[in-house]
Amino acid sequence: MQHDSAGYWKATLSLLFKVLVIWFLVSFGAGILFADLLNGIHLGGYPLGFWFAQQGSIYVFIALIFWYAKKMGDLDREFDVHED
Amino acid sequence: MELQTTIYLVVGLSFALYIGIAIWARAGSTSEFYAAGGSVHPVTNGMATAADWMSAASFISMAGLISSMGYGGALFLMGWTGGYVLLAMLLAPYLRKFGKFTVPQFIGDRFYSKSASTVAVLCLLTASITYIIGQMTGVGVAFSRFLGVSSDTGIYVGMAIVFAYAVFGGMKGITYTQVAQYIVLILAYTIPAIFISLQLTGNPLPQLGLGGTYSGSDVSLLQKLDQVVTDLGFGQYTTTTAGSTLNMFMYTLSLMIGTAGLPHVIMRFFTVPRVKDARSSAGWALVFIALLYTTAPAVAAMAKLNLHGTVNTAVTSGGDLYAPEASLRYEERPDWMKRWEQTGLLKFEDKNGDGRIQYYNDKTANADAKAKASAAGWNGNELTVNPDIIVLANPEIALLPNWVIALVAAGGLAAALSTAAGLLMAISAAVSHDLVKGVFAPGISEKGELLTGKIAMAVAIVISGWLGLNPPGFAAGTVALAFGIAASSLFPAIMMGIFSTKMNKEGAIVGMLAGLFVTLFYVFAHKGLFFVKGTEYVDLIGGPNSFFGITPEAFGAVGALVNFVVAFAVDKVTKEPPVHIQAMVEAVRIPRGAKAIDGAH
Repeated sequence: MQHDSAGYWKATLSLLFKVLVIWFLVSFGAGILFADLLNGIHLGGYPLGFWFAQQGSIYVFIALIFWYAKKMGDLDREFDVHED
Repeated sequence: MELQTTIYLVVGLSFALYIGIAIWARAGSTSEFYAAGGSVHPVTNGMATAADWMSAASFISMAGLISSMGYGGALFLMGWTGGYVLLAMLLAPYLRKFGKFTVPQFIGDRFYSKSASTVAVLCLLTASITYIIGQMTGVGVAFSRFLGVSSDTGIYVGMAIVFAYAVFGGMKGITYTQVAQYIVLILAYTIPAIFISLQLTGNPLPQLGLGGTYSGSDVSLLQKLDQVVTDLGFGQYTTTTAGSTLNMFMYTLSLMIGTAGLPHVIMRFFTVPRVKDARSSAGWALVFIALLYTTAPAVAAMAKLNLHGTVNTAVTSGGDLYAPEASLRYEERPDWMKRWEQTGLLKFEDKNGDGRIQYYNDKTANADAKAKASAAGWNGNELTVNPDIIVLANPEIALLPNWVIALVAAGGLAAALSTAAGLLMAISAAVSHDLVKGVFAPGISEKGELLTGKIAMAVAIVISGWLGLNPPGFAAGTVALAFGIAASSLFPAIMMGIFSTKMNKEGAIVGMLAGLFVTLFYVFAHKGLFFVKGTEYVDLIGGPNSFFGITPEAFGAVGALVNFVVAFAVDKVTKEPPVHIQAMVEAVRIPRGAKAIDGAH
């Protein structure tokens, strides 16, 4: 194969790792493991840990997917493996 | 117009719309029947995926469960949305590039083995049928209220309608019908939430209202709710976890990886034109899903406050909750209570014979609440409310106009039907395409294949309807079991198929079987063999939740771990996959060269 497929895959995995770290931190981190701690802080009428668990993590998930899709698009072009 | 008439009218109109669309887009060939010819736009696909995804469990059951669980209910919210991140990154683009349209086909080709695809069919059927049992429970609730009958009769009616509906169209009909269903269900969910949020906090956005100030006071809505429920002996709303922190963690993880492993959701991503679209499609799906999922916690908390406010006047006035005249007189109960009593899902039993409804936690560990209750002459909780009715009853509890109540009924039915149809499609494809055509009768005609698929759907509906009469839990809880099964069996196999070039067929097959087996063993111990009541063997595993306090719904994550470990161990001691398979995995990772899906191969 003439493309640098190993390089492309490595770059893909490193992006995956970044996304997964954030994914884990907002849901399992802020929403579950550190929820009690964060509940000391308030966001309007929301205790912060409760907010992450029932609202915040979902917003972050959406942003993550679009950010990932955009970054992957950039990678596709950089390594010249994009479609059409 | 009378309420019941309005409900019939709105539900009837919404059905006419779906059926109209299904006729207009009637499927011709098998490839159109299952995958809509690979020609659906990412936003359209996202909306249809959202409708497919948000089932009776999300629409009817979830907010009710959050309402009764409090903070811990967040496991549904995070679990059923966080999985999309995994789906978008780990599976969807690669499966799209692979260019097949069912999950067993992918597994069969990647692991170069018909046995692997047969095992995948087995996992898929177990997960999908469990899922439909949960749907049937929800359908039963919706139809029982809609027709004013018992929830069992509701299930029979639902079975008939789901069958007619799924057999009628194919995926293409379903894609556009589901867009319509999404619109109906999201309006049905958000409109009452906006009304109620305005009533309680003055803020029209439920997402902000939940964090707002309780109208007519200076405390926040959540503080008010915390105070009311703790006074009545329930756990504090904003901090009560689901079991233990470990259990909540595993439960959430299980739902997330189950989301990414559910065949009817994965199938959706085969229908977009390009790999690029598969990535963003998951994002669009999540946007549409999030509209409902960020509203649900507000619905949950507000419905809880309203329910307590209905049976206890001191909730709104701020007086003594235990004052004798604060509790609602049974004779003066609102009409919605009478309507739900007919379904058997809401019950009142006057334990202390004072003719008033006392609704509190009589098993509380809170000594203060206990003392107050006995001083007031309360003799046990008198009101039982099935959490599955909360969403449907919500607009009635808040005394909203009739058309809103009718809209919610239509939305609940749309949610249940769209998901049941999507699942039946996955079952039908797995049986007719992967099992019969792929393994037993490769020479079957296209017509014969379609017929087999329809028979498979009918059998699935009968089994799940029958089990739905005695469901293993509330709709959302049963659906969570299905996710655990998908998480423990399919997700690891698909993921290893993409991310490891060396994973071989022996590893994948034994891994899937091991994951599926341990999960089912633990689940059946609690819920009965094949969910048949009376065959539980929970003592055999050392009592309920004996594995570190993990509930059966949360066990999928453990099963997935077993699957990975077993697969890698077996892979180490058996021989590498052939070179052309390894090259194929390398090729799947590169977007260029994705062609339209090819199912007939």
